[in-house]
Amino acid sequence: MSVKLGVPSKGRLMEKTFEWFGARGIQLGRAGSEREYAGFVDGIENVELVLLSAGEIPRELAAGRIHLGVTGTDLIREKLALWNTSVTQLAELGFGHADLILAVPQAWVDVCTLDDLDAASAAFRTHHGFRLRVATKYHRLVRDFLRDNGVADYQLVDSQGATEGTVKNETAEAIADITSTGDTLRANHLKLLDDGLILRSQATLFRSQTAGLTDAERGTMNRLISKLELS
Amino acid sequence: MTNRAAIQIEAARLRAAFEAQGAVVVEPPVLQSAETLLDLYGEDIRARAYVTSDALRGEQMLRPDFTVPVVEMHMAHGAEPARYTYAGEVFRRQEDDANRDNEYTQVGYEIFERTAPDASDAEVFALFYDTLKPLGLRAATGDIGILTAAVEGLNTTERRKHALMRHIWRPARFRALIDRFSARADVPSSRVALLQNPDPMANAVPVIGLRGPDEILGRINALREDHAADPISAREVELIDAILAVRGTCAEALPQLSEIATQMQAISPAVDRLAQRLAAIEARGIDPGALEFEATYGRTQMEYYDGFVFGFYAADRPELPAIASGGRYDALTRRLGQGREIPAVGGVIRPGLVLELGGLS
Repeated sequence: MSVKLGVPSKGRLMEKTFEWFGARGIQLGRAGSEREYAGFVDGIENVELVLLSAGEIPRELAAGRIHLGVTGTDLIREKLALWNTSVTQLAELGFGHADLILAVPQAWVDVCTLDDLDAASAAFRTHHGFRLRVATKYHRLVRDFLRDNGVADYQLVDSQGATEGTVKNETAEAIADITSTGDTLRANHLKLLDDGLILRSQATLFRSQTAGLTDAERGTMNRLISKLELS
Repeated sequence: MTNRAAIQIEAARLRAAFEAQGAVVVEPPVLQSAETLLDLYGEDIRARAYVTSDALRGEQMLRPDFTVPVVEMHMAHGAEPARYTYAGEVFRRQEDDANRDNEYTQVGYEIFERTAPDASDAEVFALFYDTLKPLGLRAATGDIGILTAAVEGLNTTERRKHALMRHIWRPARFRALIDRFSARADVPSSRVALLQNPDPMANAVPVIGLRGPDEILGRINALREDHAADPISAREVELIDAILAVRGTCAEALPQLSEIATQMQAISPAVDRLAQRLAAIEARGIDPGALEFEATYGRTQMEYYDGFVFGFYAADRPELPAIASGGRYDALTRRLGQGREIPAVGGVIRPGLVLELGGLS
């Protein structure tokens, strides 16, 4: 049997991951056509490449169906409760930087901090009869963050895409989303709260704590880890 | 893990005992309106309750406790005064501690009674105290009503009092507000800039979303008023801190609070109520001097309690949650009563934990 390595199945994350491993003497690649989700691994024996959606990698690691996986810290924290009891962080890969942030309309000159947001939420609820809506797909991370910071009278509304547009469309009053540059925020007349950084995320190599290893696989894992200079 | 059948038998036994005290048995549904619970507790309840949904009724929650449905039921068609008992499972999402149960049985006793609240407080407490006596538990008590009375009585603006009341159950935020309103905390630079700007809305940024210019301007005016208002005095902050620091036996706490009340008249009625409650507990044959009292007890988890609060703990099993807990929730009946209200107090026992500690016989 082999050590299974989960890698995002498309886009820049996949390419950068291939480059990162390549720079350490392990060539990863997709086999066959562009459409086929099968991969190859050169430079080490008995490691199998598993191409997956980045969003599914946390679940597969926690379930022990893959031994290693590359995904964003944001996805690990959002999807796994007590994440550090099911996976171990091996290396930050230095790309895929994204910050999960909380943003409000630029026109809200009275709201610059979480303290302001909390007060504005209370007034909004009185005025409109419902709780101020924060659009996000990171429900757990945002809820924990707002609770820890004592913000009340808000509600989370699910937004799986085009989150920055929800305020203009009046389906939310504020947003919590991943931003890498801030350009999209500005283009949508939104601003980051001064203390609105929820999490800094980047592509990270994780090891499953639940995936079992045979003696042979353990040997492979040790060779891989030393080749990647992680030990 | 104690056998589920044994827990059900113990629950039935406890409920029958409460029924024998004159309580009417009620059976609230397991599925509760998510909207009601979200309106009460805010988004945080999603981290503690299981949400499910269907296309017809929308979001529903598996009941995280019985208090809300019992209050709703009483407010809709209950006779007064009323005593209720129930036994059944509650469901609590656990995301941080795998050792905590996400489904467990509670047996409850609730009193809706307008007269003599102290006697009702004592009735519930004594019933639980006597029931649990064989387990030799530690009894903790508190009274959120003293802190709320202190906040209501502060010599400051209504707006500040309202903000503090809103965060009574969030100690860190409450502290941050006290620091800000008493000018102990630095004003953030963004706030300073806003207050110094004669026309902060003069920029060319388009206003998007539902929160309109009137609301933004309204808050700027509120901030200006707040800035112009005198800070809460250091003396009053000291007294609030003194209340928060009260802990000890009830015999020790009462004189401490009475002493604070001589300098802060606003809490006198609440302290008198505490004294009357202790007398009512004593009249039921329990020495209140031996009960623990902590002014901040119940402040972090029990957000619908607004007066007397209590919990029973196994001293030699600190990892266990409260074996029983309860308190007064007058404000909850107001929130759910659609214009009506009634003083109410009650509590729950967890028969599963009772059995884990060896049972009551």
